[in-house]
Amino acid sequence: MLDTLRTLFLTALHAFHRRATVRYPEQKPYLPPRYRGRIILSRDPDGAERCVACSLCAVACPVDCISLQKTEADGRWYPEYFRINFSRCIFCGLCEEACPTYAIQLTPDFEMGEYARSSLVYEKEDLLISGTGKYPDYSFYAVAGIPVPGKARGMAERERPPVDLHSLLP
Amino acid sequence: MTYPVILTIVLMPVVLLGLATVLTWVERRLLGLWQDRHGPDRVGPGGMLQAVADGTKILFKQDWVPPFADRGVFVAAPAIGMMAVLLSFAVIPVTAHAGIAGDMNVGLLFILGMMGVGVYAVVLAGWSSNSKYALLGGMRAAAQMISYEVFMGLSLLGVVMMTGSFSLRDIVAAQAGLWFIVPQCLGFGVFMLAGIAETHRLPFDLPEGENELGAGFHTEYSGMKFGMFFIAEYAGIVLVSCLVTTLYLGGWRGPWLPAGVWFALKTCGVVVFFILLRASLPRPRYDQLMALGWKVLLPLSLFNVMATGTILMLRASL
Repeated sequence: MLDTLRTLFLTALHAFHRRATVRYPEQKPYLPPRYRGRIILSRDPDGAERCVACSLCAVACPVDCISLQKTEADGRWYPEYFRINFSRCIFCGLCEEACPTYAIQLTPDFEMGEYARSSLVYEKEDLLISGTGKYPDYSFYAVAGIPVPGKARGMAERERPPVDLHSLLP
Repeated sequence: MTYPVILTIVLMPVVLLGLATVLTWVERRLLGLWQDRHGPDRVGPGGMLQAVADGTKILFKQDWVPPFADRGVFVAAPAIGMMAVLLSFAVIPVTAHAGIAGDMNVGLLFILGMMGVGVYAVVLAGWSSNSKYALLGGMRAAAQMISYEVFMGLSLLGVVMMTGSFSLRDIVAAQAGLWFIVPQCLGFGVFMLAGIAETHRLPFDLPEGENELGAGFHTEYSGMKFGMFFIAEYAGIVLVSCLVTTLYLGGWRGPWLPAGVWFALKTCGVVVFFILLRASLPRPRYDQLMALGWKVLLPLSLFNVMATGTILMLRASL
């Protein structure tokens, strides 16, 4: 009996406690920078697309929501199209882990509701942003060993000149 | 019949149904308050129009009678429940003059009788639904309500003995000096418990215990027929609160404020207490509920009747 009354009293006291509810549309929750939300394609510091159409993200994707086609231009690889079906995406972040060029990144944005399912298929122009995302100074071709126009083999950062096979000098 | 009485008869159901509808919102807000949430606060100022939105929605829902149900009884059951509750309000004296039949000389018996009729609503609903959960719920409801009606009647006897009348207006008049909650505290406790069980409210909502029976006796009901059970339940809460106010808390009596305001305030207080009970107490097992009734409340109410009678007789002989 006393226990019951005590329970009643303690419950009534909860009227003065802080509300646990986050009033979402007005009060946005804090999302950490590495929150796994909407997927974007980022660019180099000099504005070129980072994606080299290696298809590793599409291979890593457990729900097969990424679809892309490689094309070549100016001596390097680009995606001809890059399509993410967000009605399938589970926001696992495996594509971001698989990406060798930091091109595909997940962002702290989840407000992407649509009325039509087909509106959830994002094309390359929907995914591509103008900035560098989480890695502001990273430029894949500046550190990669692959030669591109304007940068021969051995000219990348922290890269030694290639070994001259015809020389016997150590 | 005089003009104000007819007006009251017309107004009372309107006010009551409105009150019961708003109470669904009040309950959800209060539960939210005690559970560190906000509750429904989006529709209208403070969410006040939530009840309107819910009512509109439920009116437009398909009003479906299952093909396996006993159609006539199935349709009649919610109407019986609603009618029993609404008729009971006829004998509630809101003030010394307001009310429909506040000084009916068998007012209390009338209410107990109407509560007996209310049992038919749940039993018939459970029976005519022709499904297991509904039948189990209906059976539980019948057992629970019939058992608790016994102690409810017995706990009220103390009040009736002290007043010497079954008329609710006389009962309030007899509380001029001291509210009956003091001399009849035992009866008050038993009546509160029986009242919760009678309206099958949490924590005694075993007839509709959702974790074991789906929704109990109204499992098969949809649309406004379900809505009528729902509204009848909330009107039942108001009714029991009105009764507690009338029988134990001195009815409309109180200083400074007008009589009607006092009655409304006290009733609201009891309603809030009912909701607080829901917010804090877990549901007992079915056998525990029955054991509490027959092994604790019945002896307590009998003792209350005996003690009240003894004291009254001793006082009369002095």
